[in-house]
Amino acid sequence: MFPTPNLDHITSNDYENVYEPAEDTFLFLDALEKDIEFLKNNINPCICLEIGSGTGCVSTFLGQLLGNGTTLLLCTDINPYATAITVKTAIHNSIHLDAITTNLTSGLLPRLYHNVDILCFNPPYVVTSSEDVNSTNLIERAWAGGIDGREVIDKMLPLVNDLLSSNGVFYLLVISDNKPDEICDRMWNDYKFQSKILASRLAGREKQLILKFWRNQS
Amino acid sequence: MRLVVHNMLQCHVKGCVSNNFPLQLLDVELEIQEIEFNPRFLQNMLPRLDWRAFVTTAAQIGINSLPQDLPEVFDEDFLKKLHRILFETHIVQGKMICANCSHEYPVKDGIPNMLLSEDEA
Repeated sequence: MFPTPNLDHITSNDYENVYEPAEDTFLFLDALEKDIEFLKNNINPCICLEIGSGTGCVSTFLGQLLGNGTTLLLCTDINPYATAITVKTAIHNSIHLDAITTNLTSGLLPRLYHNVDILCFNPPYVVTSSEDVNSTNLIERAWAGGIDGREVIDKMLPLVNDLLSSNGVFYLLVISDNKPDEICDRMWNDYKFQSKILASRLAGREKQLILKFWRNQS
Repeated sequence: MRLVVHNMLQCHVKGCVSNNFPLQLLDVELEIQEIEFNPRFLQNMLPRLDWRAFVTTAAQIGINSLPQDLPEVFDEDFLKKLHRILFETHIVQGKMICANCSHEYPVKDGIPNMLLSEDEA
């Protein structure tokens, strides 16, 4: 068992500007831990990328699992408070990562084209109106997913095909409202990505799942 | 922002599609932060690096000792030198400028900001 990253350095004021780790975050950590032997033995990762890193909890944990300084851990967030806290969280837990303030992966393609070995995304997945997706409130923007909670997820899916290396993997957190089957079908039909449910749990009435995607090798 | 990360960034202003990489460094403040030398990771990283862009960028911060092309064989001293430049040299403050459209991306407290305004994106 790897300990959850220490988040003592984050104040309640910080949580007014950045999404506070919750059950979804912890499900993400569980899923990565479950898959760590696979990641170390089958992927031999060089570049990891997390989109929307928030407090940096997930990438810091991934760094702990893989070993500090053994991969390039890149984190992006559209929220400058989040990238600043992401870096602090890593330092607080003796992990080195690199944060970039940007929208999804803007500015990183084409350089990262087919270069990402581990891609993580805990997206804004809550079903809201379309207007909420582009809210000026940074916290709202961290969870507001628009229609079916899919508007940001659907922007990300084509990028996954651009980013993933030949043996790369993509971990995506979704809830049942996001229609996970439809996401998996689309990834297969459009890009020939295989998928499976790596972990799931009920949080209140909401079912949260971690989907794992990889390129069809045959 | 370490130089290895700078090597992954390019201008994404709408319509700016050529001569937009690497971004030129200007008014930079540098800091060395040591991290454990890991030759295996470094050698994994080398094929994913744009070497010419790296050499150009290193020269902008006064490092002129890199060969124009990545040598086919190299010793541990060379790897240690690369480790220092790629993984331990941080741009703490400064600007990154697109050679094509002159757009400025700021680096503040070690974090590059690639966000564009709505009409630029």
